[in-house]
Amino acid sequence: MEPQRRANRRLALKLGAGALAMAGFGYALVPLYDAFCQATGLNGRTGTAEAGATGVAEARWVTVEFDGTVMPGLPWRFEPAQLKQRVHPGEPATAFFRVKNLADRPLDGRAVPSVTPPAAARHFTKTECFCFGRQRLEAGEERVMPVTFIVSPELPRELGTLTLAYAFFPSEGEEK
Amino acid sequence: MTTGELALHQAHAVPPRGWLRWLTTTNHKDIGTMYLVFSLAMFFVGGLMILLVRAELFRPGLQLMEPELFNQLIGVHALVMIFMALMPAATGFANWMIPLMIGAPDMALPRLNNWSFWLLPPAATLLLMPFVLALFGVGTGAVGTGWTLYAPLSVQDGMGMDFAIFAIHLLGISSVMGSINIIVTILNLRAPGMTLMKLPLFAWGWLLTAFMLVAVIPVLAGAVTMLLTDRHFGTHFFNAGGGGDPILFQHLFWFFGHPEVYIVLFPVWGFTPHILSAFARKPVYGYRAQVYAFWVIGVLSVIVWGHHIMTSGLSTAGLLYFMYSTMAISLPLSVLFFCWIATLWRGAMTFEAPMLFALGMIVLFGVGGLTGLVLADAAADAQYHHSYFVVAHFHYTLFAGGIMGIMAGAYFWLPKMTGHLYSEKLAQWHFWLTAVAFNLTFLPQFFLGLAGMPRRIPDYALQFADFNWVSSVGAFFLGAAQLLFLVNVVKCIRGGPPAGDKPWEGAQGLEWTLPSPPPRHTFQTRPVGE
Repeated sequence: MEPQRRANRRLALKLGAGALAMAGFGYALVPLYDAFCQATGLNGRTGTAEAGATGVAEARWVTVEFDGTVMPGLPWRFEPAQLKQRVHPGEPATAFFRVKNLADRPLDGRAVPSVTPPAAARHFTKTECFCFGRQRLEAGEERVMPVTFIVSPELPRELGTLTLAYAFFPSEGEEK
Repeated sequence: MTTGELALHQAHAVPPRGWLRWLTTTNHKDIGTMYLVFSLAMFFVGGLMILLVRAELFRPGLQLMEPELFNQLIGVHALVMIFMALMPAATGFANWMIPLMIGAPDMALPRLNNWSFWLLPPAATLLLMPFVLALFGVGTGAVGTGWTLYAPLSVQDGMGMDFAIFAIHLLGISSVMGSINIIVTILNLRAPGMTLMKLPLFAWGWLLTAFMLVAVIPVLAGAVTMLLTDRHFGTHFFNAGGGGDPILFQHLFWFFGHPEVYIVLFPVWGFTPHILSAFARKPVYGYRAQVYAFWVIGVLSVIVWGHHIMTSGLSTAGLLYFMYSTMAISLPLSVLFFCWIATLWRGAMTFEAPMLFALGMIVLFGVGGLTGLVLADAAADAQYHHSYFVVAHFHYTLFAGGIMGIMAGAYFWLPKMTGHLYSEKLAQWHFWLTAVAFNLTFLPQFFLGLAGMPRRIPDYALQFADFNWVSSVGAFFLGAAQLLFLVNVVKCIRGGPPAGDKPWEGAQGLEWTLPSPPPRHTFQTRPVGE
């Protein structure tokens, strides 16, 4: 019976280790999903590649539309300064967003960008953006914030219009 | 076994009396019984909750409760039914029957077995206590997010959420330990001569269920731990404001949630062929095919989770992948269906309660499977998602496939476990009332869903009133019919005509070579297989 019990214990420990490894895998999925979305442009994730890596397609025009919303819990007003902009693929362009803190105390917010259609997301890169970090607005403060972006010339031909949308979330506590 | 150990064994062969017997037992039959009793109790608790919900939905408008309580009832109903009724029932059968079927003296890890069970009552207490606390003005009630616990709602929900998180931790530990025990028992303690390809199909179904549980329950535990740290310790896994992503929770949840469906159903599909073969008086058809189908379904189950979140903004490529991989599951599943039908083909069939429930399970679960194909269609899903169509679909799989299957197993093995025959007349009433009331409850919900009624809302537009009325009446009949089962089980435990070693003449397997009820210790010396 003794070797039997030892064999049972050994197999049980192996399976227990397997269960723990799967819990670790659950946590590993967090960066894995992120990397997957970044690589494929799924979920509207955009890249932050260096500017002017490829040439400018002078003959081609692409329309970029802008949208801004504020999530519940953040008493801010937030809107794009221009609704749309025509750009050449490969050429850096800058757009502006207006934001105002309506509360009587300083508040932190963080803008989360999304590009649609998803097929365009990976061809849209931001070189400078207010969404890269947390923004703090003093009570009643109003600010105009820039975003500089490049649409890659590799954008599929059939896509003539894409939308850059920001959602401002309240941001408290430590940054991840 | 050495003589010293044998003496030790016989010393505790006489168990302590009273409640201490149940608290300290390491006997697989005792533990199996506790699992089954706990499961039956929780089946009625979860049923009562949903009857309150159906009472609220009897008419449009808000009659009985605030929307917050409604939300709590539907979510806790699902958690109770899945984690505390269906899963423990399957584990109870595994504890009772797997050692008898494979000729093992007990489960391989008896003390772990005791602990696996005794984690369940504290988990149930944790999950349900917030309802009671709210009556005394503490907190806002139980978890109110629905059983899927989606962020960001679950990050903002009241303290019922924290209770649910810890309840899920305990339930997870319990089922992972139970699974490890079952795997070790099946792999290490089979009777000499019983190769894996001679293993009873019930044991095969459970072996794969156990592997799936070990693989995916820890991912759920990790996901709810992330929720916990997001809520209280300043992390931002699911908080977009801190750089996290709420959709990530949906991916993590359904990575567990889809295999969970097969975790609940594999044990049932495992013993269904035993029952069909017994009452058709024919050997099981396509044993190998069924084992391979289990393997294929088990592997596919962990790569199709996206079909639950097709409207969350998945890319077209993702939608296509999840659509085709989900539909692919219907192929091995139809292998199982054809094997079941072929087992019945030209058999000398009789229709006792286990057979009726097994046949009812096959037909009604078939409806659940076919409507699942409709939902897997990425284009159609955009309309059906989050509607009553989905509610009807998963009750055809989990009530008809799960609960009715469990009932088939219960009637099949009750005479073996208690030594008495149950009342066949009462059981026949139970089946027919259940089958009719079940369809009365859930068939209208398909049409409600097609017409656009969303799930998880306590009120609805006037045009849905008639079908909801029918569905509520059906639900109350369905609940009442289950009381017949309770009466029958209690009567059967207390007495009745003796069952004999083999109450079903066509039944095959080692468990039927033992007396009914089997003595406390069985197969102390290994049976030798053919």
